[in-house]
Amino acid sequence: MKQLQEQVARNPEGDNLIIRTAVRLLVPFIQLYGLYVIVHGHYSPGGGFQGGVVLGASFILLALAYDLKTSLRFMSERVNNLLSNLGALIFIGIALLCALLGGLFLDYAALERLIPLGAEEWHSLGIFLVELGVGLAVMSIMVSLFWDLASGGDMEEGL
Amino acid sequence: MDQLLTEIVGKYNYWLYVVLMMIGFYAMIGKRNLVKKLLGMNIFQTAIILFYVSTGVKRGGQIPILDKHAALSHGVDASQIINPLPHVLMLTAIVVSVSVTGVALAILVRIYREYGTLEEDEILEKIRS
Amino acid sequence: MKVFALLATLATGIVLLYGTRDFAPWGDPDSPANSHLSRVYIERAVEETHVPNLVTAILGDYRGYDTMFETVVIYCAGMAVVCVLRRSRS
Repeated sequence: MKQLQEQVARNPEGDNLIIRTAVRLLVPFIQLYGLYVIVHGHYSPGGGFQGGVVLGASFILLALAYDLKTSLRFMSERVNNLLSNLGALIFIGIALLCALLGGLFLDYAALERLIPLGAEEWHSLGIFLVELGVGLAVMSIMVSLFWDLASGGDMEEGL
Repeated sequence: MDQLLTEIVGKYNYWLYVVLMMIGFYAMIGKRNLVKKLLGMNIFQTAIILFYVSTGVKRGGQIPILDKHAALSHGVDASQIINPLPHVLMLTAIVVSVSVTGVALAILVRIYREYGTLEEDEILEKIRS
Repeated sequence: MKVFALLATLATGIVLLYGTRDFAPWGDPDSPANSHLSRVYIERAVEETHVPNLVTAILGDYRGYDTMFETVVIYCAGMAVVCVLRRSRS
């Protein structure tokens, strides 16, 4: 509320006030929905790609309603790069772990030697972990695509 | 004539995708502006995606999300469930198309920075001179 | 120039429409795309992976290589955009 009053004082004509307030209220729910789409991909339409795009869209919405600098405060470029690397590494790491544990590459049933849950359950869990990695990678790549394309690469001012 | 009409009605999904593909193809080869060419390629990809998804349809089928316990105990009747394979292939194709669009737009931004225009013939003129 | 583009487009469209004569009608459960491999996926996916969403099961498990290299593709695309466009603040 205080931030809002400051903003009104700074910007008396209030050109973007409604949009900014609506976006600030909406973004947490969009992110929650994106997480739901990723995590619930086993039981409903969804999965890593779709949820990752929804999560990325929330950050893009922030950058559109405020400006690029403000969206960089919520998600810095460094963290974004880290997340994209982490997402790709989770996928390949799970696949390599399967190979190291004695199964085939990407054969999630081999993870049973780590925690015995049953081969089918590990197939389900392995898909879940992999989708998590895909979601992280897709989210951060979408955000970085938008940042670079909107600002022409110098991250000074966007759309 | 009657035969042609039944042919069109029975396979109208293919006709729609061919029309969409022609729009995209014309934009790719007929337009001079590079962004329009890129968007034409996007329309082309959408046509291919729609075509693949439409091949997986079964009349009266269910969506490919099953009831886990019923499927484990009674088995699955494959003729009642829509083919999930084209959906999977097109899910990956959509993401690849997004990546291609992103990289192409980045290269277009660089081209605009270098030559000051996105019209194909003007760029070629500037390269030659 | 535009006339040639239009002619080429029309010719491609006619060839493609001629090709659809051999396709199965819309919604046919016994069409070639619906009858060979996908049948096995639908019947076995739930008992082999315990995932009710068949699309997720095929995407993450049966076609795991596809999905993995696809993540690599989108990662490479992001890195390529950063390499092409990013300018350090100077």
